[in-house]
Amino acid sequence: MEIEGLERILREHSFFAGLGDAFLALVSGCARNVRFEAGHYLFHEGEPANEFYLLRHGRVALELHAPGRGPITFQTLGEGEIVGVSWLIPPYRWAYDARALTLVRAIGVDAACLRQKCEADHDLGYEMMKRVTSVLIQRLQTTRLQILDVYGTHS
Amino acid sequence: METSGTVVITLEGLESLIGLLKRRGYRVIGPTVRDQAIIYDEIAALAELPRGWTDEQQGGHYRLVPRDDDTVFGYAVGPHSWKKFLHPPTELLWTAERTEKGLRVTPAPLPDERFAFIGVRGCDLHAIAIQDRVLTHGGKIDPHYLARREALFVVAVNCAVAGATCFCVSMQTGPKATGAYDLALTELGRDEDHRFVVEAGSEAGRAVLAELPHRAATEKDIAEAEAVVSATAANMGRSMRSDDLHELLLRNLNHPRWDEVAARCLTCGNCTMVCPTCFCTTVEDATDLAGHRISRSQRWDSCFTMDFSFIHGGSVRASPRSRYRQWMTHKLATWQDQFGTMGCVGCGRCITWCPVGIDITEEVAAIRDSEQH
Amino acid sequence: MSTARIADTDGTTDPMVPRLARIARRRRDGPQVWTLEIEAEDSAGAAFAPGQFNMLTAFGVGEVPISLSGDPAEPDRLVHTIRAVGPVSTALARLGPGETVGLRGPFGVGWPMAELAGHDVLIVAGGLGLAPLRPVLYRLLAERARYGKVVLLYGTRSPQEILFRREIESWRRRLDIDIEVTVDHALGDWHGHVGVVTTLIPRASFDPAHTVALVCGPEVMMRFAVAALRDAGLPDTALFLSMERNMKCAVGLCGHCQIGPVFACRDGPVFRFDRLRNVLAVKEI
Repeated sequence: MEIEGLERILREHSFFAGLGDAFLALVSGCARNVRFEAGHYLFHEGEPANEFYLLRHGRVALELHAPGRGPITFQTLGEGEIVGVSWLIPPYRWAYDARALTLVRAIGVDAACLRQKCEADHDLGYEMMKRVTSVLIQRLQTTRLQILDVYGTHS
Repeated sequence: METSGTVVITLEGLESLIGLLKRRGYRVIGPTVRDQAIIYDEIAALAELPRGWTDEQQGGHYRLVPRDDDTVFGYAVGPHSWKKFLHPPTELLWTAERTEKGLRVTPAPLPDERFAFIGVRGCDLHAIAIQDRVLTHGGKIDPHYLARREALFVVAVNCAVAGATCFCVSMQTGPKATGAYDLALTELGRDEDHRFVVEAGSEAGRAVLAELPHRAATEKDIAEAEAVVSATAANMGRSMRSDDLHELLLRNLNHPRWDEVAARCLTCGNCTMVCPTCFCTTVEDATDLAGHRISRSQRWDSCFTMDFSFIHGGSVRASPRSRYRQWMTHKLATWQDQFGTMGCVGCGRCITWCPVGIDITEEVAAIRDSEQH
Repeated sequence: MSTARIADTDGTTDPMVPRLARIARRRRDGPQVWTLEIEAEDSAGAAFAPGQFNMLTAFGVGEVPISLSGDPAEPDRLVHTIRAVGPVSTALARLGPGETVGLRGPFGVGWPMAELAGHDVLIVAGGLGLAPLRPVLYRLLAERARYGKVVLLYGTRSPQEILFRREIESWRRRLDIDIEVTVDHALGDWHGHVGVVTTLIPRASFDPAHTVALVCGPEVMMRFAVAALRDAGLPDTALFLSMERNMKCAVGLCGHCQIGPVFACRDGPVFRFDRLRNVLAVKEI
């Protein structure tokens, strides 16, 4: 029952839209329900990227800590989005902190488990790559705009 | 008594014309030799006109050369255009005074000068009409320009000499002067029977003509005058196909030719200074040290400067490439969207006065020709 | 006279001469951002449409275009939000109540208020771009029933730079307007969105078939916002931008504000996107 429930949740999450039942079943074998209280960290910079999260409810802030400036939030993510992309490529380490701004309910996907299944079935691997790449490209584009500091005065 | 129909006047008649206009309170402006060029300035007598001179023009080249006769208007156009008087390089807009009672703004009085221009060529006549559209037809008007323009008396001249950089035929602005003139002269004869065929173009022109010694023009006079104009038209130094410029240039905004011309262009802005239709201005505020007397003036500006397109922290058109492109595409293409006419009249000044001889007709041809291949 | 008729309009008033106005109130609205409320000595002709701008003169320094950011229903209080970046804007921002400025305007084509009626309205503002859009919000909220959904998406650099923050908060307390605010980066005490304003667009709820979008902010931000709005299904005829260019005369006579074939002062500053689409794609136009 637990697994069927997970599969349904995964199917409804926009990250896995169009994945197909067979692959959904494969992925759900790596998945579990998770919950974070407001203020708690999902992970910290430098930790092994063991699990990534599909947000179902709540908001997460991605932060970098600069000495003298404290934690700086450079992105917030919400329902329907994924937190964590570094699990996909070596060295499988988180590059920033992720903190729950509100109560967060999510699906945690075991990264090692999913990577193994992707190696075994490259079609699954390709589906995962397509989805993660899409997220990366969007984030890259918005990050570029942030770098431009368009609201700053430039002289 | 008014005179209708075409007449003929002599050199004495031309001298009388200048005197008559002066007596009627006009500031008479005409061509005269100064600083090794034929420029426009106030003249008082026939003797100040460049009789016996002609000009040798090419890309980046202008020389005065003596003629072997004493033709009065035997040259093309020099670095000045009539905008120097109608839309002057500096113009006071208003002054303000700060007293204990507060600030008071006083608009600059409108000019009450009445200009009479002697020797307006066809290209320049069209240029005046083009500036009329820009400065008095768009909704808000420039009242200083309007005041000078409404008081203007124009003595046009049909060109007997085609300059090497002229292309008025291509732009349909000459060599015959067409448009709003009061009198139009065609100079005939050289050393013998030196005379001018004169057409009046307005009531004011007819009234002035009536007061000058004249005789009716014969068919021979008229035929000779037409022949002069035809000969000039056949000797244009440049040509430029102009029916397709709008689409041609606007679909080639990223053409490599812009990089090519940018490598030569010094962005000196000479072209905008000598062009008879360029109208861009900027404003300049001045104040005394105590801040009690303040004034704002308008002065000529050029789209070739970095300041021209400056907004918070940078210029929109930072590269010379973009600035040259702006000038040329405005003059030949977007001007049509804005004002319903071409911006260029084919006078050739921008070619002559460009220090590196950039030739607008050549640039257009280069872009057009590249499309054939 | 050699021409019968030269001008279409009355040529005696000089559009370049300012009227006098006095600063009534001055308030700091952010780092280097000041809001001046001015009263014209002669209030005739001060009424403005949302999206229009005035030319303000700091006597002895110069003149700059500043958008009107106040309530169009109160034309005797002309509100201008100024960012002090150059000598003129800095001089204006330093003027206090009772001091005199020069005023010309209002100028320009404003936001298409008539077209908004009966539609959902999506306002996407970035940084100081919220200022020329605030008059729209005042009008929408004053005659709320004329419009469908009203959504404001506002992005700025950091929480300290949120313009009109208290006003946004009070609008938010209403039940008939959706407001999302995001910042480019924030310190730990900000619990709102972080990310560029375009990230708010896919998440906003509006019907692209019945929405008109008004966009104002730095040009880069507008370009990306327009791309995101088009991706969301909005037709080019339902998108409006406010463009900024160097202006000296504000009446189409000095040539400075040209963007391709149009004059920002006279044909804009508000433009429907389809009119600018080709031009905006050309660098350094």
